[in-house]
Amino acid sequence: MSSISLADWLQLFGHFMLLSFMAIGGAIVIAPEMHRLMVTQTGMLTDPQFSASIAIAQAAPGPNVLFVAVMGYQAAGLAGAAATMIGIMLPSSTLAFAASRWSQARQDWRAVRAFKAGMAPLTIALLLATGWILAANTPGWAHLLLTVGAALAVWRTRIHLLILIAAGAVVGALGWI
Amino acid sequence: MEQESRPLARPASLTELFTAFTALALQGFGGVLAVAQRVLCEERRWLSREEFIEILAVGQVLPGPNVVNMSLMIGDRFLGWRGALAALAGMVSVPLVIVLLLAAAYTEFAQNPAVAGALKGMGAVAAGMIVGTALKLAPVVRGNPMGKTACLLLAGAAFVGIALLHWPLLWVLPILGLVACAYAWIRVSRKEPA
Repeated sequence: MSSISLADWLQLFGHFMLLSFMAIGGAIVIAPEMHRLMVTQTGMLTDPQFSASIAIAQAAPGPNVLFVAVMGYQAAGLAGAAATMIGIMLPSSTLAFAASRWSQARQDWRAVRAFKAGMAPLTIALLLATGWILAANTPGWAHLLLTVGAALAVWRTRIHLLILIAAGAVVGALGWI
Repeated sequence: MEQESRPLARPASLTELFTAFTALALQGFGGVLAVAQRVLCEERRWLSREEFIEILAVGQVLPGPNVVNMSLMIGDRFLGWRGALAALAGMVSVPLVIVLLLAAAYTEFAQNPAVAGALKGMGAVAAGMIVGTALKLAPVVRGNPMGKTACLLLAGAAFVGIALLHWPLLWVLPILGLVACAYAWIRVSRKEPA
């Protein structure tokens, strides 16, 4: 971790503002682009630091986008975390706010209703695909069983989600998967 | 898969929005979406499944983290721009502090095999939770003006393209999205000629 000059800070901030506009499907989608920027291009992070950023954010509760803050923190301390996190959030949040206002004011427009109807099956398919990709990243029968079990529990029961996560942690810590 | 019958509620104050989203975010290991669906649709009853899907759809089409976009739009819907900020802050601020503390302590626990194993197990469960949430939301398309067959075809195409063929989302989403929205437009127009 190192301190950062104002010029470098602004550059980091600007880069993540640009990346924000590309993050369709979530921040993790642009992880390869962040890797190019932070590891290959500027050398602000090493390869293990980059992977660790994603792992740390996954171990912590909260939205996945927090890996961006961890990346900034590892590169340049709290100032770095502020640059990357505010940078990634500001443009997309402003856009989401504008879109929210726009579509709420036009709820009865045929185009808005067509959008909602058209996107519903795609939205569900995207969720399924996300789960599939996450599960396929780590092969193995025990792993798959755990994933399928969790899916069934969420789908069919009201068991608390923290219990499911805790069960996964215990099974993993015992080395069963 | 019982359909909830309790009437919908709404947050009474900015504080309630903030604390609800903080509590929700703190339960979200490996992604917040499954928890968000459970809490917002079933426990607090702030949104119907249909509304949840609608907001998620907008969040997915727009750039940026989906759940962050969602929290902002939900907060705005109930309590205006202050609500948007409260929900957004709730979603991000406390988890941000926790993740930075973890990052600071990372070198301590990184080498521990039990920790690495636990992370793997949590990852497997998190993936399953997202699949389970998708299955739970799927009945929403029943009332869809496009009809069941078209919905299944579109969802199938999206899943195959993204999950199996690994085509970039930046291509799949706009192309299938345009097809789907155009078809939905035709079906909606046919029902109620202008």
